[in-house]
Amino acid sequence: MSTPTRIAPEAPARPAGPVRAQRRLPRFAPLGLFLAGVALGFALSALSGFSIPTAVVYGVLLGTLAVYVASRAVEGRRKATDRLVTSLVTTAFGIAMVPLLSLVWTVLDNGLPRFDAAFFTNSMYRVVGEGGGAYHAILGTLVITALATAISVPIGLMTAIYLVEYASGRLKKSITFFVDVMTGIPSIVAGLFAFALFTLLFGGGVRLGVMGAVALSVLMIPVVVRSCEEVLKLVPNELREASYALGVPKWRTVVKVVLPTAIAGLGTGITLAVARVVGETAPLLVTVGLITGTNLNPFDGRMATLPVFAFYQLTQPGTATQAFLDRAWTAALVLIILVMALNVVARLISRFFAPKTGR
Amino acid sequence: MAKRIEVSDLNIYYGDFRAVEGVNISIEPRSITALIGPSGCGKSTFLRSLNRMHEVLPGARVEGKVVMDGQDLYGADVDPVDVRRQIGMVFQRPNPFPTMSIYDNVIAGNRLNNKKMKKSEADDLVEKSLRGANLWNEVKDRLDRPGSGLSGGQQQRLCIARAIAVEPDVLLMDEPCSALDPISTLAIEDLMTELKEQFTIVIVTHNMQQAARVSESTGFFNLNGVGQPGRLIEFNPTEKIFSNPDEKATEDYISGRFG
Ligand SMILES: Nc1ncnc2c1ncn2[C@@H]1O[C@H](COP(=O)(O)OP(=O)(O)OP(=O)(O)O)[C@@H](O)[C@H]1O
Ligand SMILES: [Mg+2]
Repeated sequence: MSTPTRIAPEAPARPAGPVRAQRRLPRFAPLGLFLAGVALGFALSALSGFSIPTAVVYGVLLGTLAVYVASRAVEGRRKATDRLVTSLVTTAFGIAMVPLLSLVWTVLDNGLPRFDAAFFTNSMYRVVGEGGGAYHAILGTLVITALATAISVPIGLMTAIYLVEYASGRLKKSITFFVDVMTGIPSIVAGLFAFALFTLLFGGGVRLGVMGAVALSVLMIPVVVRSCEEVLKLVPNELREASYALGVPKWRTVVKVVLPTAIAGLGTGITLAVARVVGETAPLLVTVGLITGTNLNPFDGRMATLPVFAFYQLTQPGTATQAFLDRAWTAALVLIILVMALNVVARLISRFFAPKTGR
Repeated sequence: MAKRIEVSDLNIYYGDFRAVEGVNISIEPRSITALIGPSGCGKSTFLRSLNRMHEVLPGARVEGKVVMDGQDLYGADVDPVDVRRQIGMVFQRPNPFPTMSIYDNVIAGNRLNNKKMKKSEADDLVEKSLRGANLWNEVKDRLDRPGSGLSGGQQQRLCIARAIAVEPDVLLMDEPCSALDPISTLAIEDLMTELKEQFTIVIVTHNMQQAARVSESTGFFNLNGVGQPGRLIEFNPTEKIFSNPDEKATEDYISGRFG
């Protein structure tokens, strides 16, 4: 423009202001276009003999394409790319959800028939056909997991404290390395380790709940160390220095400043570590075995646990096959609920113990 | 209460890097000593070496002598924890304990060391320290609220209250006002002038007016170049430093000519 012209108010070529206004698709247009594309895809699939997978694939492809083309035409390249990537990410998320939903659905579908009071109040003592329950296995799982937690948390937490607050140099590096190695131990190896250890101590053929707890601890300790270590590293160094500057010794600083500051993260990490081992099957199979009655003493003979219970119901159904299958599914359902409950507990811990701010 | 600190031939290292070298200084009791100098010349490092906070960093070490009332703080039989009980510190960034209330923050020094106190004693100590730090009126109605809910300036005064609640002999302050508005800054300067009746105060500051206003003596640190150790160039009464310094470098720095 060579001469400064006054823009006529009735025909603003572009709005005043330094930022170029962007043309945008109307608010619901992208969704509408996408659904239209999906509908078209379904129609296309119907032409070649309808099946759900092809319909979904055609639909998502066409819908994404429709949104991209429309956006490219109206909104320009950058916005169109944005929409394309949004669709791709959403699709990936959808794909990731498929196995999860399918699993939950299958377990609910098969597990609900026996999800009754009897399942939670009866053991399998003298049950060979229908009826019975997993009372003994649920309690057994709780006892063994609690014992494993009681072993793992002190060891794991103290290792993490040592790594973050005290260790340095080669020792620190090697401990970190071995913890990493332990994280990768296959669970059956952990089971065999406990089995071998107790066989050495008490002779062959020994089966104890505490063996299972030891095996689970082998799996749990590295997880506890790792998560606690990360959380402790997050505690700002300034707080430690503030405490030292008040003439507080290091160990008191750790116990009274660092741990309380990190308590939410520690609780969350430990709960998730529990959730990680509560469903382990292989190590319990070789160490704890299974019984039909209720045994709550981990230092006296075999115990029942949910995963092993489910395993035997599935692999060794007696004459009433369906009853055994149903119990296996319900045990799986209870396990899933247990894990989910632990995750909820973890969230609650991090919500309620987080350092409070605000006035 | 207040004590004299004599530093002789102090070299301070981070690993192999010599950050400060050859410091000789005598810090008078019941007075304010200001440390000034360009960024990175080792003021904080020097300050932290006075109460043995320097060595909490891995690889950090100190050579030389820091003598407080006849006792070498770096002597073999001296417990650094005891040194820190006698020489308190306020940091550049306010760092109240986030898990503690305002009340608990103030008596943190006693609580964390498991010192038994009656409730009434604790109440008195909290009020006295908060009044001392000029914060009492602002927080007296919400002592049970978290300390991290205060404004930056209030948090800094809370940290000062926390430091004086353990009744140290010496108070080290590393740029205590750098995050504060002029009003809070003045409040803290007034506070320092009151506190020097009881404590020996050493303050690091980038604010020359502040150094001129509050301090009796001023030390000027400088370094010759990047990667070189910082040195104490001049240490003199504040009036002399700001009117007629001995060293050319000091005069250049104070009048804004450097580089
Ligand atoms: N933790 C550390 N590890 C290694 N070197 C450090 C560390 N802290 C400081 N230094 C170095 O020591 C020297 C002095 O730093 P110091 O923090 O004492 O400077 P300062 O005078 O306080 O500067 P400022 O005015 O910016 O706060 C600098 O060269 C710095 O890079
Ligand atoms: Mg500094």
